[in-house]
Amino acid sequence: MGLFILRRLGVMILTALCLTFVVFWLTNLTPNLEKLAKTQGNFRMSDEAVTSYLTNRGYKQSLPQKYGQWLGVLPGYVIEGSDGETRGRCVAFEQPIEEAPRFCGILQNEWGFSTVFKEDVSTIIAKRLALTGKLMFWVMMVMVPGALIIGVLAGMREGSGTDRSLSTVSIISTATPEYVSGVVFIAAFATPLFGMQYFKGTATAAMDDANFINFFLPVITIALYGMGYIARMTRASMTEVMTAQYIRTARLKGVNFRTIVLRHALRNALIAPFTVIMLQFPWLLNGVVIVETLFNYKGFGWTLFQAASNNDIELLLAVSVVSVFVVLVTQLISDIGYVFLNPRIRIS
Amino acid sequence: MEPLSWTGALGTFLNPAFGIAVICLLASAFIQMVLSFTASPMRMQSNADGTLVKRGGFLGMFEQTTQAALWAVILVILGYIAVGALMPYGQAGIIGAMSKQFFPVWILLTVMFVLSIAFKRHLGLYGKLFDSIVGMIGFGLVMFWVFTAILAGAFDMLATFDPLTQVSGLKNKTPGVTVPDGTVGSIPHYLLGGDNLARDIFSRMIHGSTIVVAIAPLATLFAFMVGITLGLPAGFYGGRLDTILSFLANLILAFPVILLFFLLVTPEIVNSPIPTVMAMVLFIFPLIFFAVLLNSRYHTQPAKRTPILVVVLGVLAWLYLSLISQEGTSVAFLPNWFDLFDINSGILVVFVSVVFVNSPTVYRIVRGLALDLRTRDYVAAAQTRGEGAWYVMLWEILPNARGPLIVDFCLRIGYTTILLGTLGFFGLGLPPESPDWGSTINEGRKLLLIFAHPALPPAIALLSLVLGLNLLADGLREESLKD
Repeated sequence: MGLFILRRLGVMILTALCLTFVVFWLTNLTPNLEKLAKTQGNFRMSDEAVTSYLTNRGYKQSLPQKYGQWLGVLPGYVIEGSDGETRGRCVAFEQPIEEAPRFCGILQNEWGFSTVFKEDVSTIIAKRLALTGKLMFWVMMVMVPGALIIGVLAGMREGSGTDRSLSTVSIISTATPEYVSGVVFIAAFATPLFGMQYFKGTATAAMDDANFINFFLPVITIALYGMGYIARMTRASMTEVMTAQYIRTARLKGVNFRTIVLRHALRNALIAPFTVIMLQFPWLLNGVVIVETLFNYKGFGWTLFQAASNNDIELLLAVSVVSVFVVLVTQLISDIGYVFLNPRIRIS
Repeated sequence: MEPLSWTGALGTFLNPAFGIAVICLLASAFIQMVLSFTASPMRMQSNADGTLVKRGGFLGMFEQTTQAALWAVILVILGYIAVGALMPYGQAGIIGAMSKQFFPVWILLTVMFVLSIAFKRHLGLYGKLFDSIVGMIGFGLVMFWVFTAILAGAFDMLATFDPLTQVSGLKNKTPGVTVPDGTVGSIPHYLLGGDNLARDIFSRMIHGSTIVVAIAPLATLFAFMVGITLGLPAGFYGGRLDTILSFLANLILAFPVILLFFLLVTPEIVNSPIPTVMAMVLFIFPLIFFAVLLNSRYHTQPAKRTPILVVVLGVLAWLYLSLISQEGTSVAFLPNWFDLFDINSGILVVFVSVVFVNSPTVYRIVRGLALDLRTRDYVAAAQTRGEGAWYVMLWEILPNARGPLIVDFCLRIGYTTILLGTLGFFGLGLPPESPDWGSTINEGRKLLLIFAHPALPPAIALLSLVLGLNLLADGLREESLKD
């Protein structure tokens, strides 16, 4: 078990390095850097001015070099610029070069400075992640129990009317992406179009003070799309368990149906959905970006959208690192959890 | 002309009927669900004289009521559509007028369903689809949009106005509004109202279907080519090849899709050589696939193999070269007279990224199936016969893996449609005036709280297409499991 976790960790770190390198490469492409120079300097810069701007700020170094510096395993650049000013990667505002630390990458917890929000990236990420955390908490509170209940009810009597109607409901929910359900919900429940204006169409107020009126629609919009998928997996797992030998034995012994479902079947039926729920996290990020943009809830997804559309390289890199990290950690948890929950699987 | 109401004269008796049917359906379904926890399930009892009797008590009664109410709802909806299509224009309101516009689609659908049901026993898996209600509903929804897309895209039918023409005075107007005199269009109304640039929402929705129906299945097909060509050897040989390919697939799968889109589908990347290079790599897979497929089959008969390969590969290579050779980019090597078509670079990058995102999942599925099927007897028999590895993979394993692959193909088209919509929703890739559903939803959402009607039709259209594909996949899975 320990060796298994170690190996998984190794693969995870390798994956994280590869993915962050790809993100780094894509954000540091020449056209992106030129756009950055023009937005930071001025839009009528000549090509030579752009080149010297980028050279002076270390953007013209080779890609592995830049990546190493950003990661914090190579010393940050110190470049005497063509305009006579000496700039260093690790030099803070108004700080003499000699006092600056040699290394300043994400390993040293230096995430850079956002050009859009004019703030340290680490502060922005922390603040936005907390807001998204709140959203995700409520999404999980709605989605997981809802999906498990639907799945178990549908799966305990395969082929019954309940099964068929609940399966249809879960197919409809998997076929409704967030941008469709969100738009439909807002149109139906937040505008006077159908006379059912019960909720708020924006969740901006929910950032400070979340309540049922302003937070219900974003939560249910994200929850609905994932719910159908988890419910179908739970149903498949439940029907499989219900045909197992030991359930038949219990039924023949005369144990009543409710006890069989709750005591005998449920525990085994919930192993598979656990993995599925964990693997839903990367997809939930999709939903988070869409819903936060749609409802104007300024969380992590909204930040991703802003960083990407305004070419805010450092912020985009940090957001990517965090999301890749979340995805990989959930994969790791799902792998380990599966082995842990299911005694039939032994890793030697 | 008067503005149209939703149902017109038809509504006076169909609306109450519809309301009653829906209320009955919901109430009965709810009672049935509550009862199913306590009451004993319905059982069939066989009598001595060979007849069957349903013994259901209360629960059985409500189960039958639900079914009857469901049929009633379907009948009323069909009534709206059929009667609306037959009544003169304007009498049956917006729904009737829309149904009239879709008249060619209804004819095609009816013909297709009648023919398919009549010959369903001779049509293999496709025919079996017509044994399951769910599958039929799904297939109907999908074909509705396919016919719409073909008729609108290739024959310029169905749409009432030009999707890009703005008519002054119709900005954000509600459904059924009358257009001013002298507007070029086939009917005097904006059936679903005008959007924030005073364009006809109904026509935009129709034209949007062409884009979606053209891109989504094709992108899925390419993803399948890539996934199959790489997944079969990975599963069949295993070993180091499998380890490397699986690591790469997991790498792409661990990349959050939305992030990849934001990084890949930007104007800077569109103008860079990256999409073309990715297209060169991804689009070579169909060539490899068909070359190996045909060669492994006919390599013992060179007289037959060589002409087949030359023709097939020649056509494919020509398509491939025309596809990647773009005028004005770094890979414009084909002379103009030889270049069949040029793809808009925005659409190319959307296409490439959708294929790129989908292929690792297909790879994993194919690899799993190959791992499972390579231990079968018929594989051993083929190997004993002395067949080559690629023959075994492509002509023994692949045909036997078709069931799950066809089901996943349907699901994946739906998923690709959702991805395309996501791209449109964030305004990535496709031009902003493009009528595709994602972009239209994006346009509509900006004023959603004031004018909700422009965003709803494309949203519902997208929902119905994806739902149709999911139901179709469900029906296919059910029927293919019965074998």
